[in-house]
Amino acid sequence: MRRKTNWGQMLASYGVVLALAALILFGSLRYENFLGSFNILSVLRYNSMFALISLGMCFVIMTGGIDLSVGSVAALGSVVAAYASPYGLLPGLAAGVAAGMLAGTLNGLIITRLKIMPFITTLAMMLAASGTALLLARNQSVAVSYATAFTELGQGNLLGLPVPALIGAFAYLVGSVVLNLTSSGRAVLAIGGSEDASRMMGLPVERITFLVYLASGGLAGLAGVILAAQFGAGQPIEGVGWELFAIAAVVVGGTLLTGGAGSVVTTLAGVLLLGVVFNILNFENGKGWISLSAYWQSVIRGLFLLAVVLLQAHLTHRVAGGPTVADTTDSLQP
Amino acid sequence: MSSPVLSMQSINKTFGGIAALTDASLQVEPGEIHALIGQNGAGKSTLIKVLTGYHQRTSGEVTFEGRAFEAASPRAAQEAGISTIYQEINLVPQRSVAENICLGREMRRFGLLDWPGMRAEARRLLARFKLSIDVDQPLSQLSTATQQMVAIARAVGFSARLVIMDEPTSSLDDREAQVLFTVIRGLKAEGISVLFVSHKLDELYQVCDRVTIMRDGRTVQVSRIDETDKLTLVSTMLGRDVARTEGRTTGFGAPSRAPGEIVLRANGLSDGRHVRRVDLEMAEGEIVGLTGLLGSGRSETARLIFGDTQTLSGTMSVAARPYHPSQPADAIRAGMGFCTEDRKIEGIVPDMSVADNMMLALRPTLGRSGIVDEARYRQIVTHFIAALGIKCTGPSQKIRELSGGNQQKVLLARWLAMSPRLLILDEPTRGIDVGAKDEIQRLIRSLANDGLAVLMISSELEEVVEGADRVFVLREGLSVADLPRDGLTEAAVLSAMAHGVGHD
Repeated sequence: MRRKTNWGQMLASYGVVLALAALILFGSLRYENFLGSFNILSVLRYNSMFALISLGMCFVIMTGGIDLSVGSVAALGSVVAAYASPYGLLPGLAAGVAAGMLAGTLNGLIITRLKIMPFITTLAMMLAASGTALLLARNQSVAVSYATAFTELGQGNLLGLPVPALIGAFAYLVGSVVLNLTSSGRAVLAIGGSEDASRMMGLPVERITFLVYLASGGLAGLAGVILAAQFGAGQPIEGVGWELFAIAAVVVGGTLLTGGAGSVVTTLAGVLLLGVVFNILNFENGKGWISLSAYWQSVIRGLFLLAVVLLQAHLTHRVAGGPTVADTTDSLQP
Repeated sequence: MSSPVLSMQSINKTFGGIAALTDASLQVEPGEIHALIGQNGAGKSTLIKVLTGYHQRTSGEVTFEGRAFEAASPRAAQEAGISTIYQEINLVPQRSVAENICLGREMRRFGLLDWPGMRAEARRLLARFKLSIDVDQPLSQLSTATQQMVAIARAVGFSARLVIMDEPTSSLDDREAQVLFTVIRGLKAEGISVLFVSHKLDELYQVCDRVTIMRDGRTVQVSRIDETDKLTLVSTMLGRDVARTEGRTTGFGAPSRAPGEIVLRANGLSDGRHVRRVDLEMAEGEIVGLTGLLGSGRSETARLIFGDTQTLSGTMSVAARPYHPSQPADAIRAGMGFCTEDRKIEGIVPDMSVADNMMLALRPTLGRSGIVDEARYRQIVTHFIAALGIKCTGPSQKIRELSGGNQQKVLLARWLAMSPRLLILDEPTRGIDVGAKDEIQRLIRSLANDGLAVLMISSELEEVVEGADRVFVLREGLSVADLPRDGLTEAAVLSAMAHGVGHD
């Protein structure tokens, strides 16, 4: 049996890791404190929220769907968690996650039972969750309780590492195991690849689709909990544009927007890549030679996204047009 | 003979009062390769869908492996041992070969997926067909033939006792088809039965043991394939008695003029797939019939001529000048029009008016600097509504409210408004009631009498035999006969469809 290494595909899948490594190398050579533990830990702490919603988004996109509600669900989660924070760390955590899972349940039911397109369903949920968050918070930030350990979820350290980063790492570990080592995980990819074929193969299409939106909602709620704990308040107006960050991270991570192929690990690399770009621009501003506003940072992130999507499209085309009948039939000789 | 693995008896199926199957039957023996053939709409697909639980039968008996059988869903049929491999392969292209084979019955160790075990299982199944492919490769990187092998391996992995293959060779080349046949014979050797649906008669003789022929929702013949000649297969399938006496049943009538200058000449056309070597010649004022069994490349030939697909080899000329269309706009410029086979999908825009539908192709030429000349527009539309006798409440009626015959006339008008010299009509009277059919046929003849060259593709024999002035018969992508109007009989066309030229 021949085993051809397909470099094009490898690059499409793992290019993001290379790009991340290159950026880190660049940063470490150019800026003195770039690899200092303070910088590393604060990048990890700040980006853990984005990592969580991107993980949920990754699963949703792998089924061929989309979840536009993650940002406002996170905002809702942060408000609910802030209200529950006086009762302690666990109640605050549970309340925020539960609020997210409720939104995810509604998304999942509407998409699988009422057969409404994910784009529309989650767009509606985005508006509804945002409105609910504002109503609950009476249009202002909700201070969290510092009397309990709740804020540890955002500000604390464990074994010298930021707690939110550890939560994120744990979530990615679980996500990776689910995707690669359970039949549900393979079903996620199969459904995204071809829903009809999956149904003909007898896979539980509706159940898996529902679970994916439930998970995305729950992770968004968890991101909201960390948001509240990190900044000391439930933030009903935060989360605007988070869904786009998550989609960008997932796509940069090499997951196909059309579903059917993707990876948890490279999604994490995508999150870190976008986070490090932001970090480097801050350092660059600090050097004082140039002064890039936050708007320019958005433009640069956008260019990154476009470059990756173009590269993906190019490589996928090459792969699709690659082997001809003649290439594969020689392995077919009876 | 041992007891059959599958027996379907007196199967009836109606859709909203319309019978799709009437007393249909099918019996497959263990380890038998059984062919199921019939024209479009003969009921093959419905029968298969009843068996696989896609449709529920209205009445009838089904036994599978000796027990009464009723599948509630395709999944239930699969679990019971009936696997179907569809034309459009039902696998997930982005996932690996191993995953596609094992999805839905994954192997586990300690609760997690056992990847090494699944890869080994996939290799083992493929090895049964002497196939050695990298099971970690995404399916999309394999050829269609190999993908089909993977689908078969999956079916066998599910311990299928009966594998249904719906036109498995339609997208395979000869060599790939041979590999598939080897695999099918391998299944037979293991005692697995195969139900083989195909329009390619030669293939049936290569692999099948027996054949069931369906027509109009009924089973009309079951016989051993080696005891049935091709002419019998074709005539039974089409419901034509070869010795039948002729009598006019169509509205064409005789031509009132002799064919004029040659309008189109095509030599050795090929698209590398469905059309392999087609020669055609059409003259002014001539109705040229293009016929053949389903899958013989009729519509594909029309698409090549119209520039909708590209020729791989071969040459064409229009009015003695070289003609290389790279898109339909080139064909339209050369004076061609094309009424496609499927009115609903490729012809009409249902929610637009009769007038707008009629003027879709012409409109770009009507405007002056982008502004449509309304007066001329209305004048053309009214002219054609009257000339073709289109029954509608007015030019602004939505076309979807019209009958099939009148919709077809609007499409004809769309092209006639361009004053073409060559019109391609793919199944011009399909799905049109009898009275309107006659009218359309008369219209086609009068257009030809006015000098238009008409290429008429039809699977209805009488339409071709009575309507055409010259008939080209295709068989598996090859021109096999060029029959002149004199002595044109159904028997001659049937024989060409089955064997090629003459009665060899």
